[in-house]
Amino acid sequence: MLKAERVSFRYSPNRPWILQGFSLSITPGERVGLYGPSGCGKTTFGRVLAGYLQPIGGKVELDGKPLPPKGYCPVQMIFQHPELAINPRWTIGKALYEAYQPPPSLLEALSLDLHWFERFPHELSNGELQRIAVARVLDPRTRYLIADEMTTMLDANTQAQLWQVLLDVAAQRQLGMLVISHDRPLLERVCTRIVDWAMEAQTT
Amino acid sequence: MLEVRSLSIHFHRYARGLRRTVLTPVVDLDLKVSAGEVVAVVGSSGSGKSLLAHAVLGILPSNAHIEGEIWYKGQLLTPERQAAMRGRRIALIPQSVSFLDPLMRVGAQVLRAAQLSGKNRHSAAAQRAIFQRYQLPLEVERWYPFQLSGGMARRTLVSMAVVGEAELILADEPTPGLHPEVVQETLNHLRQLADEQRGVVLITHDIQAALQVADQIAVFYAGTTVEIAPVTAFSGKGEGLLHPYTQALWRSLPQNEFIPLPGMQPSPQDLPQGCLFAPRCPLATAECTAERPTMRAIAQNQVRCIHAQG
Amino acid sequence: MNLEVSRSSTLWSRVGLARQRVFDRRRQTLFLIVFCVLCLGVILTGSARAAVANQTNLSERNQAPSWAHPFGTDWLGRDMLLRTWSGLSLSLQVGFLAALFSSLIGLLIGLTAATLGGAVDAFFSWWIDVFLSLPHMVVLILLAFVSGGGLNGVVISVALTHWPSLARVIRAEVYQVRSADYVQLSAKLGRSSFWVARHHILPHIWPQFLVGLILLFPHAILHEAGITFIGIGLSPHQPAIGIILAESMRHLSTGYWWLAVLPGAALLVMVKLFDILGENGRALLDPRTAQE
Repeated sequence: MLKAERVSFRYSPNRPWILQGFSLSITPGERVGLYGPSGCGKTTFGRVLAGYLQPIGGKVELDGKPLPPKGYCPVQMIFQHPELAINPRWTIGKALYEAYQPPPSLLEALSLDLHWFERFPHELSNGELQRIAVARVLDPRTRYLIADEMTTMLDANTQAQLWQVLLDVAAQRQLGMLVISHDRPLLERVCTRIVDWAMEAQTT
Repeated sequence: MLEVRSLSIHFHRYARGLRRTVLTPVVDLDLKVSAGEVVAVVGSSGSGKSLLAHAVLGILPSNAHIEGEIWYKGQLLTPERQAAMRGRRIALIPQSVSFLDPLMRVGAQVLRAAQLSGKNRHSAAAQRAIFQRYQLPLEVERWYPFQLSGGMARRTLVSMAVVGEAELILADEPTPGLHPEVVQETLNHLRQLADEQRGVVLITHDIQAALQVADQIAVFYAGTTVEIAPVTAFSGKGEGLLHPYTQALWRSLPQNEFIPLPGMQPSPQDLPQGCLFAPRCPLATAECTAERPTMRAIAQNQVRCIHAQG
Repeated sequence: MNLEVSRSSTLWSRVGLARQRVFDRRRQTLFLIVFCVLCLGVILTGSARAAVANQTNLSERNQAPSWAHPFGTDWLGRDMLLRTWSGLSLSLQVGFLAALFSSLIGLLIGLTAATLGGAVDAFFSWWIDVFLSLPHMVVLILLAFVSGGGLNGVVISVALTHWPSLARVIRAEVYQVRSADYVQLSAKLGRSSFWVARHHILPHIWPQFLVGLILLFPHAILHEAGITFIGIGLSPHQPAIGIILAESMRHLSTGYWWLAVLPGAALLVMVKLFDILGENGRALLDPRTAQE
């Protein structure tokens, strides 16, 4: 179980709190939707949960232990802007294989084109880059995924394509997911449970 | 008001080493916008929708080569006319605050936009009036862009575009990642501008946003318009939609069936010979792959598909 | 296909794209090759001819530019084209050495400050500020004087004064790339910090370093000429451009304009070429612009 216990965060002591005592837990196979407007701290929470930011107060635990500081992290994140999450100086192939060799079946499911592998990120559309970013973190060692507004910048068709693949993989491997979005119909479609950010933040 | 006739854009660029390739991100694109109308241009990223705006404004990079015609109020747009009109007659509402100068006060930037659009003598008054119209408090004048909230930033960008006498507004992806209320507000502003007899082009990948304000929706695929349909056609199971791609797009929305169409949009580096959608089309026949279909008017729609029937 | 033009540009600079510079990789590569050949040529042939350039011929004194002597001759009858040539060669060598040392110092300090952070960063940042706030020429003269003048003095003083701006750029670049999503993700994918530095950070710094090096070149050459001109640089036996200009000053009032104007113009052209090279090198090394 991935658990955030009363986490608080702010960037520096003279800035306002972005998170204050927020708790959430995700069990394997569960897909939790985090609903709320943009700019309210959902992304910061996602980053804390994935270990990108260290909480100032409270703790994040994976099966009762803190996240590993080194080595492959079982909690992975998919970002809103794929063009910022892939090194612009690398070829697509290098970026895709950074962690592991994705199986051909996965590449096919994501309709990844082998011709892209020699190209640079700026030659592909954001929809194409996001497929690469998704394939890259579906390493067998991944147990939890944080999808932060993953398809906000993409068209409806690409969005549905990416989610179908992710839902398949998540069901097969019993992945736990946190889906951060401001799109209610999407959350209702893909999640097993929805948490309303505004309500939660008030009650805690 | 604005009419784009079979516009194609080619880019010459370098592949590995010194080999050159040609990209064609926009192919035979047709579009018509009348005064008082919001036309939404909907398509995935890389479908050429932003390039359309750049082509109308004449701000494509220097390695672009353009074919086809763009007419504005009965005049053929030439690079000189475009230079004279952009920011004055034709204005752009860009994507985000990052298009504002971070080191210049907001008021000064709107004022500058007013001056550039020819309101030299009354520009200060125009700027005040536009702030009032979009409910920007007076002190915002003295703020810098980073101090603006998401909603204020949108309103500032809209103010800059319409502080002059622009008759045609191009809004390039004005809504993604915004608070739903701000999205609603931005869309309402576009609607108001159209109701004042301006022409508005809303470029977006978000069909749901487009549905809220548009009169017509032009669906882009691989650099061309596959269908232009009235907004009312996007309802129910999409019976009013005639192109297979538009139907698939409608079906793939999470509140509809959430079923994606398999495959990918073709790369602008190697477009198919015939219909651009043929490789993914369930209806494709030999005829489709032989020749590119032209736009046909069927009922209230315009469709680029030989199989479409009213 | 990110043809949707970078988001960071402001609205007005974006409008300015219509008149943006014409960048063509073939032309740039050709320019690069021709330029490198030219520099190497000047360096090699110039130093070989240093002896010839110092030969006097009193029967051909103070001649204005002609076909036989395109840059004219000086008061000792030495051919000014030969002298300019070998002077440029010397200047290029000195400039290269000084720029190389200087940019290495900049790289080292920038990298150390950014990777170690904290007090180390504060210390180096303070040093950078100190160097940037001191008048360039004064420190340069002082250092050249202390290190005993001559070739060594020039190289040491130029190398020790020109690193701060590059160090600052590299420090900022390292900070920026370290906070990028793709670098943070790399660590989460199990990559060691050494691997991240080698595959993410260095490839990002490398073009900045190279461009910085090239842009330091003209500075180094000009300052070499500067301190040589005021007499604490190279010795009069070495026909550096600075020496040529200093000597010609005495003859300017007599109307022998070619003694100063032509070698000076040659220096200017060389420096300007380096500037162009540096500016275009940036576009050439970035995969996003390299394809236009």
